Amino acid sequence: MSKRIEINDLNCFYGAFKAVEDVTMTIEPRSVTAFIGPSGCGKSTFLRTLNRMHEVIPGAYVEGQVLLDGDNLYGPGVDPVNVRRQVGMVFQRPNPFPTMTIKDNVLAGYRLNNRRMKGSDADALLERSLRGANLWEEVKNRLDKPGSGLSGGQQQRLCIARAIAMQPEVLLMDEPCSALDPISTLAVEDLIQELKETYTIVIVTHNMQQASRVSDQTAFFNIAGTGAPGKLVEMGPTEKIFSTPDVKDTEDYITGRFG
Amino acid sequence: MTTLATTRPNPLTAGQLPRGAVWVTLAGCLIVGGVFDSLLLAPFNLGPSLFFGAVLFLPVMYGLSRAVEGRRTATDRTATHLIAGAFVVTLLPLASLVWETLSNGIARFDAQFFTWSMRNVIGDGGGALHAIYGTLIVTGIASIIAVPIGLMCAIYLVEYGRGALSRSITFFVDVMTGIPSIVAGLFAYALMTMLLGPGTINGLSGALALSVLMIPIVVRSTEELLRVVPNELREASYALGVPKWRTIVAVVLPTALSGIVSGVILAVARIIGETAPLMIAAGFTNSINTDPLHNPMMTLPVFVYDQYAHPGVEREFYNERAWTGALTLILLVMALNLIGRVIAKRFAPKSGR
Repeated sequence: MSKRIEINDLNCFYGAFKAVEDVTMTIEPRSVTAFIGPSGCGKSTFLRTLNRMHEVIPGAYVEGQVLLDGDNLYGPGVDPVNVRRQVGMVFQRPNPFPTMTIKDNVLAGYRLNNRRMKGSDADALLERSLRGANLWEEVKNRLDKPGSGLSGGQQQRLCIARAIAMQPEVLLMDEPCSALDPISTLAVEDLIQELKETYTIVIVTHNMQQASRVSDQTAFFNIAGTGAPGKLVEMGPTEKIFSTPDVKDTEDYITGRFG
Repeated sequence: MTTLATTRPNPLTAGQLPRGAVWVTLAGCLIVGGVFDSLLLAPFNLGPSLFFGAVLFLPVMYGLSRAVEGRRTATDRTATHLIAGAFVVTLLPLASLVWETLSNGIARFDAQFFTWSMRNVIGDGGGALHAIYGTLIVTGIASIIAVPIGLMCAIYLVEYGRGALSRSITFFVDVMTGIPSIVAGLFAYALMTMLLGPGTINGLSGALALSVLMIPIVVRSTEELLRVVPNELREASYALGVPKWRTIVAVVLPTALSGIVSGVILAVARIIGETAPLMIAAGFTNSINTDPLHNPMMTLPVFVYDQYAHPGVEREFYNERAWTGALTLILLVMALNLIGRVIAKRFAPKSGR
């Protein structure tokens, strides 16, 4: 249930504007990879290319290859819908569907994709996903209440449950804790540690402590100046990036000298 | 340790008019206005008296408040009174209209009015059953035509439309909003003449005219509501591997549904009172006709016009029926609005805990 991602010479564009340039990296399965870097350096844009969410924005497109266990996501005839069923995503702000109950939110991926499932299977999946997201104990007595009635941290874990209910190969997280308080953040970070047993996890974060706590690999992105494309500066084991990075910029960023 | 408030004057206090001062001043000004009016215009008139009183009240109240309370509060009071005045002026026609229609229409608001048509009725009695049937049928067909077209057009504009085509559709929808209703009636009549031969006047033709007027309203309101559905929800759905059309049907539309429903109801309420296009396209009749494909079909607004404009010898019976027809129409619109609200509440995204 977990796949390796190889990215070769990837360029991301918004119309004529090149947002990310020449990224080549390998993301290992069953590990957590963190993307760090200053605002506007293209981390989130790059993350969104990994499940073809980048192109949802009008005018946005990508050049290069993203291989999921050798299969190119941007190959001819690839259906983005099939890609997204394998690569799940959690967003910066919790976004449960407001018209649905907690239960329906978790099962949304199945229901909206018209997959039939027996009631008992659905209940089992519901419980497994919510337990997986550390939310089961808090919501098990109000599964039929609207998802938007939960607290921010609970909503974010509900979104994680919704994503893992689809049993994706890879889970992308775009600053999943930036809207959460420290306790909810801790809950999500613990959850990431558990999830990496099963999934390939890629997380974008602005929080350096978070990157050092949760990730195995860290990639540092930087931008030369306004209007210039973002680039991958350095990638390596988190311990190395946070102690003896090869590039001076990385060290400056991590020690807080800029950014 | 407690500080006694009485030891020295509190610098935070400001002068305050006593409670009720506003009402006393207002009453005084209205009386003065009345006296002024009686002297100036000889016999006393309610309208001008109120107007003079209100005009007098604003500066008097400002002066009073400024002397006692200071400039800021005085300005605040004046603004409050202007806004309250605008509110009253806005409500007056509505209240007066409802009152007039009720008091004049209640006389014939009886069982016969809702069970009889005007067939072979001369003078007393008779009813508007044919017009009620007609209004419901014509408006119903117009909605069946206009709502799907309007909804799909709005979905195209918001979810798919890019570039010149979508811009021109938006432009033409705006143009359609401004079509005079009589032109819509002529259009439907001309279309029917072209398709079924000259002189074709029937309910369907009237419904076509009304749908021309209704489509832009539905498109506009639906478009606005779809645009406020947060993009995050669409992205959340895409990220689950849900195709675009399914995202629209299962996520976007339900989120906006309550607003869409009330928008549609408002559009229906807006066209149900159209008179001019129906006079051309659906025609006049005194008989019940439930077949929208053949023969003229009466509707309530046209009924009201007909009773008022073409009375028989005993005019008061015709006038009474016109008023009752108008009352029925108002009640219909009101019922539609209420239903819309109930439905909107029912479908609204829930946020309870």
